[in-house]
Formats: sequence, C-alpha cells, structure tokens
Amino acid sequence: MKDLPLNLLLLAAVLVLAAAGLWLGETRLTHAQWVQAFTDPASGPAQVLWTIRAPRTVAAIVVGAALGLAGAVMQGLLRNPLADPGVLGVSGGAGLGAALAITFGLAAIPGAVEGAALTAAVITGVILTVLAGRFREPETLILFGVALSSFAGALTSLVFNLSPSPVALTEVFAWLLGSVANRDWHDIGRELIPMAVGAGACAYAARGLVMLSLGEETAQLSGLPMARLRAAAVAGASLLTGAAVAMAGIVGFVGLAAPHLVRTSAGADPGRILLPSALAGAGLLVAADLAARVIPTDLELKLGVVTALFGAPMFALIAWRAARSWRG
Amino acid sequence: MTAALTLTDATVKRGAATVLSAAGLIVEPGEVVGVVGANGAGKTTLLRAALGLAKLEQGRAELAGRDVSTLSDAERATLAAYLPQERRVGWNLPAWRVASLGAFERPPKEARATALRALARVGLLDLQDRGVLDMSGGERARALLARLLAASAPLLVADEPAAGLDPDAQLLAMDLFREEAKIGAGVVLTLHDLSLAARFCDRVVVLAHGRVMADGAPRSSLNVDVLAAAFGLDGDLTETAVGPVLAARRRRLH
Repeated sequence: MKDLPLNLLLLAAVLVLAAAGLWLGETRLTHAQWVQAFTDPASGPAQVLWTIRAPRTVAAIVVGAALGLAGAVMQGLLRNPLADPGVLGVSGGAGLGAALAITFGLAAIPGAVEGAALTAAVITGVILTVLAGRFREPETLILFGVALSSFAGALTSLVFNLSPSPVALTEVFAWLLGSVANRDWHDIGRELIPMAVGAGACAYAARGLVMLSLGEETAQLSGLPMARLRAAAVAGASLLTGAAVAMAGIVGFVGLAAPHLVRTSAGADPGRILLPSALAGAGLLVAADLAARVIPTDLELKLGVVTALFGAPMFALIAWRAARSWRG
Repeated sequence: MTAALTLTDATVKRGAATVLSAAGLIVEPGEVVGVVGANGAGKTTLLRAALGLAKLEQGRAELAGRDVSTLSDAERATLAAYLPQERRVGWNLPAWRVASLGAFERPPKEARATALRALARVGLLDLQDRGVLDMSGGERARALLARLLAASAPLLVADEPAAGLDPDAQLLAMDLFREEAKIGAGVVLTLHDLSLAARFCDRVVVLAHGRVMADGAPRSSLNVDVLAAAFGLDGDLTETAVGPVLAARRRRLH
C-alpha cells in the first residue's frame, strides 16, 4: 500500500493528540491518582478518566474522522475543493431535525434529539441522492445543496422565532454550536453503525471518484457503474455527516480542511485521499477540542466555535490557492 | 464484418430545438472517419448519440452490432472509448495516473505500464510525474489522449482531438489514430481542420444544421458545393506534396 507511511504518521498524530486529551483537564491528576485510575474503577480519578475524558476524546476522534471522510468524498464527487458536508445541506438538515426535537420537548427522551438529527440528515441525503441520479452535473448538485442548506437554515430560524420557551431555545442554540463534552459511551455506540455503513459506502465509491476527475462523460463511458457509485458517495457522505451531527451538533470546517491537509501527500488522487482525510479529520477535531478546553475562558468554548474560528481563515486560504486550478 | 459503430436515423432534441435530425453514421473496423461541420452543426451530438450518451428521439445506436441502450456500463467500455471535448481535470493528478485510468480495470502494475507506453506514444514520457494542472493546455490534451489510447478499445471516439495542439502534435495525434486503425480499431473524430480531415481520414462525414450533408471519401465529401453549403466557403482541396490542402475564403454575400 503506497500511502502506508502517510497513514501511519497521521495515526500516530491522532494517538498523541488523544493521549493529550486524556492527560489534560480541569483537574490535574497526580501520579498516584493515575495509578488509581487504572487499578480501581470505582475511584474518583477512574471516573474522571473513563466517564468524562475518554468518551469525550473518542467522540472527537469518531466525529472528526466521519467529517473528514465525508468532506473528502464530497470534494471528489463535486470536483470542487470548497465542498464540505455543510455545502450540500446535510448538516443544516440535521441541525433542523435536532432543533425541532428539542422545541417539541423530546430532549428528555434519551437519544431522541440525536435520532431526529440523523433522520433529518438521512432525509436530506435521500433527496440529494435522487437529485444526483437525475442530474449529472456537479454544479447542479451544489446549487441544490445550497438551496437545501438555506431552506434548512430558514426553517431552523423559524423554530427559533416561534419557540415559546427560552429554555428550549438556549438548548437548541447550545446544540447547534457543537460540542463533544458530556458524551457517554452509549451516545458514541449508537452512531457507530450508521457511520460504519456510511464509511463502507464511501470506500465503495472511491474508484468512481478517481474517474470523475476526468469529467462526467469520461467517467460515464469508463465502464464503471457511475450511477451506483455516485449514489453510494452521496448516501455515504450523508450518513457520516448525519451521525456526526447527531453525536456532536454542528461542527464546521473539519470536512473542508482535512482533505486539503493530505491532498498533496496522497498524490491528489480523490480515491486515495479518503483514509488519510478521515485520520486528519480525527486529529484536527481532537486538537480543536483540546483548544476549547485549554483556552482559558469563563465559559468553556464550544467546539463548533473553535473550528469555525480557525476554519474560516483556512477557507479563505484554500480559495486563494484553488484559484490556480480554475485558471487552467 | 460487423461495423464497430452504427447509428441509424438518429434524431436528438435539446429542449425544443432539434440538434440532430435523422442522421446516420457507420464506422467499420480499421477505418478513420472524420466528422466535420460548422459550429453548432451537431458533431458532438452525433458522437454522443452513437455512444448512448444522448437520448434518441428516434433511431438506433449500435456498437459492434449491439443496441447501445441494452449494454451495461462495463460492456460498453469494452466496445468503445471516448475522448470528450471537455478537458478540465478535477485534481492535479500526475500524467501517468491520468493515462492509467484508461486501463483501470487491470492490475495496478500493468495499468501503469500501459499508461507509460501510451504516454511515450504521445511524446509525454518526460512529463509522466508532472501534475496535469501544472501543464500547458496542449500537454494536458496529450495526457488525456494517452488515456484514450491506454483503453485499447476496438472503437475510438474523439471529439476535436486536434484542438489546442501545436502543428507537430496535431500530425502526431492523427498518425496515432491511423496506427490504431491499422491494427483494427474503428476511429471516428470530429475535426475543424479540413486539410487534416482530408489528409488522414478514409471517409469524411459533413454535417450541417443537424443533418448529414455528405458522407464519402474526402475528395468527394469536401467538394466545392458542400464547402459552400455547409461552411459558407469558396474553395477547394488542392493536392500538394504532403497531401490535400484546403484553400478557401469566405463567401461574399451578394
């Protein structure tokens, strides 16, 4: 495997960041407390480590990997370096689903908000998959995605507008800002199945993404079952995004940035880039979550805020560099 | 022998406009057929219709005697390879990788070897590792031509393969198509350079307003009357030492 060194390097980076995620926190553990954390599961330090820090770090890894992979697939599918899960409206749809669930008072039921987010993402994904089958041009798909995204945003604003309860409003708002804090193993386990299915669909679509580099018509006549591969790509990316949003709320820019970090190292190949993008996404999100915890503020920073703060300037940088390829 | 490509009585509409009307095209194995015509005459549509990429309002498209609409994606790719006019490549893939996509279904090593052979044929072996977005337009066009050759299909369909190439590369590309025909492939090309069409094609099909106006040997297809009617040109083919050359000027409107 040609990209083994790259993937191992990225994996090592993720592990180092994850170790830092376990190490750092509000309470500093002493040497003796570390020993206790690993030997006595009922002790305080063990509680901190295994029910607070570890799930939080793992959630950041899983969400980051899902978003990085979804971003890489969408960029390949649309042949556009500025595509990410937000562009196609999947994140927006998932956010709307969660907002509705919270406003209707379903937040008390475990998993209801997450379920609503995932369902809304899947519905958006189905609409996109149908459209992707109907229209071959990536531009059309982007336009529909922008329309879906704006519409979902408008409906979410409408939910805000009409919400009678300020408490629910605050809750929706906190959710939309994105966070991996206070997740338990159950929250993570629940989203792993849709994520695995999504990742499988993306892996299947990889060879189609490479062929799409040469344009729609060349791909269509290449002998690959492009209609099926395209549908798998849209469905896979939607599932990954939906599950990520269900687990952590809306976390932008990771899907956009991760593929760019590894593109050159993976030979610009939109198929080979998938695994490195997932690893880079995981690393980015663990790092962002660390930043959210470490940056001293009165109220802890929300993960989505941190990724947007770093992501937006990066977006501008990518646009700057991408201008070169559009001239060609 | 079965024709590599048979398009019969094909009509294609784009919106309300008829862009191809009752057009026919036959390409036998071993021959190079040029499709010429003014801008908007329906050349690209003719190729797309033959490959099953454009929806036929009426008529029938066959590859190697089989209705193209009944072929699976994989079957169609074994019967024909297509080089579209569109040359935008999405990512900065190295030239060898682009060429190897013509033979993607083979094992990676074999695909790469096939790609390098094809790059050598188009004179791009030196630039095999260069990203196609870092190349000039003509170099990129050659990398894409290499992909077409790497597919080694029994029918090669190329839409304006000579566009954007320098004079030497244009002649090289035409030589390569002749070589492919010599080993048995059917070749159909759209061309704007009528001299090139007359020199390298066995047959020339002239399109005007979506209809086939002439179909035959270059000298008979590109006669004075057809040049006037299809292109609005006053001119004729002149024999030179290197082959026929078109000498023409725009028709004066009286």
